[in-house]
Amino acid sequence: MSLLDKHEAYRSAYQAIRDTGADPFNVRFEAVNSPSEGVLNGKPMILLGTNNYLGLTFDESCISASSEALNRFGTGTTGSRIANGSFGGHHELEAAIAKFYGRRHAMTFTTGYQANLGVLSTLVGRGDHLLLDADSHASLYDGSRLGHAEVIRFRHNDPDDLRKRLQRLKGSPGKSLIVAEGIYSMLGDAAPLREFVEVKKEMGAYLLVDEAHSLGVLGEKGRGLAEAQDVEKDVDVIVGTFSKSLGAIGGFCVSDIEGFDVLRVVCRPYMFTASLPPSVVASTLQALHIVQTQPQLRHRLIANAQRLYEGLKTLGFQVGPQCNPIVAVAVPEPGLAVAVWKTLLDKGVYLNLALPPATPDSVPLLRSSVSAAHTPEQIDRVLAVFAEVGEAFGLILSPRQRASARS
Amino acid sequence: MGVLQMDSVTDLTVRQIGRTASQVMQKTVEVTAASNIGRDLGIDSLTLMNIVMELEDTFELSIPLDRLADVETVGDLAALINDLRVRA
Ligand SMILES: Cc1ncc(COP(=O)(O)O)c(C=O)c1O
Repeated sequence: MSLLDKHEAYRSAYQAIRDTGADPFNVRFEAVNSPSEGVLNGKPMILLGTNNYLGLTFDESCISASSEALNRFGTGTTGSRIANGSFGGHHELEAAIAKFYGRRHAMTFTTGYQANLGVLSTLVGRGDHLLLDADSHASLYDGSRLGHAEVIRFRHNDPDDLRKRLQRLKGSPGKSLIVAEGIYSMLGDAAPLREFVEVKKEMGAYLLVDEAHSLGVLGEKGRGLAEAQDVEKDVDVIVGTFSKSLGAIGGFCVSDIEGFDVLRVVCRPYMFTASLPPSVVASTLQALHIVQTQPQLRHRLIANAQRLYEGLKTLGFQVGPQCNPIVAVAVPEPGLAVAVWKTLLDKGVYLNLALPPATPDSVPLLRSSVSAAHTPEQIDRVLAVFAEVGEAFGLILSPRQRASARS
Repeated sequence: MGVLQMDSVTDLTVRQIGRTASQVMQKTVEVTAASNIGRDLGIDSLTLMNIVMELEDTFELSIPLDRLADVETVGDLAALINDLRVRA
């Protein structure tokens, strides 16, 4: 008997995967040489599963801003902002994010996960309602559990289903907060924000959007899906992360809500954890500056995403419903997904394996995320490897089969 | 409501949960009030949430996810639904 026996089902499922000789949840890189290249098992890898959308992890200006702050302010803050106080950089970063989004208030967190825990558990409380898109990220689900609001799930990206569920709540007191994501982290599809805004107005609810995967990626100015769909003034709260397009770590929340600053003394995932180290704050500030001054990175990213998405689709792979920098290939069965993932790795392509129940509709996914740092040649190399492996495993037809299927 | 009637309401709800579970899981799921949702039926947390979403539509009510924390058996879920129906 072990204390952990309750996790037996997960343990044995994980062991079954490891027995095949693959360990997709414990990949160890021997080196990461650039945003798009690493070394694994002694072999060079094209990195296609990093969320490093703009490739800023190795940007020279970000590195030098970060190392300067490291030398000047030390390695860490060793405490939370309410206990140990803020550094100048924290305020500077919050002001920069607020200005970027054109909002009155911004608050930073130590991770995006914590931002979601904090914001979801404090914006709504007992007697209020939280309406979560069914495919929401784990941090949003966990945030909903940390607070005391009633949690209702609506069908993924379905405004009519959302309306129906809000209608059922009519007559009960309390506020309703709708939660959606800019780009969904598994399939790369975007939320129908315009329709959600209509429902929100009709039902008198509030709307929060998690732009974790869309900050720096979507919109003319890189502010995300709300900007791209021109609904920013109707989105009440935006949350996001520094860990993807900004190449560091940390989370944030921006809003025009009156009395926002009270969050700093009621939001426990903000209050009771150490604040971001100065070096991280400094590189994030610089990365945010790059997002605003180098739109060409965004254009290159989108072109790369199209190259991969259209390429995989043409080969016959089952990809997500929309083209975005997250490109997921569905594989019918988990065992097959593990085998294909491992073969791609053996051939020098690293991407993420996502297995149920962490995937929508319980479909195993080979999930890639494209970067502005990829060259078209790297994307083409990935497509060639996918074609070879996909044929070998019967996920797609061979060129000859395709030709004869056409005739 | 008499004891007998109460039992038959629960029975009907249990039967509906079985139908909905079978539909969501795309296979026949035999349930009784005593069936443990995770251990006996092999229903994971995501599948349970999907079943609950269907049940909300069938019964035309809201079943807040936070109320599922105490639900272990099909009977617990049926009791929760019946409780929410009385309040609706
Ligand atoms: C939609 C979404 N929100 C939040 C997060 C959490 O971000 P972080 O890595 O900053 O904790 C992620 C990333 O994992 C995400 O995909």
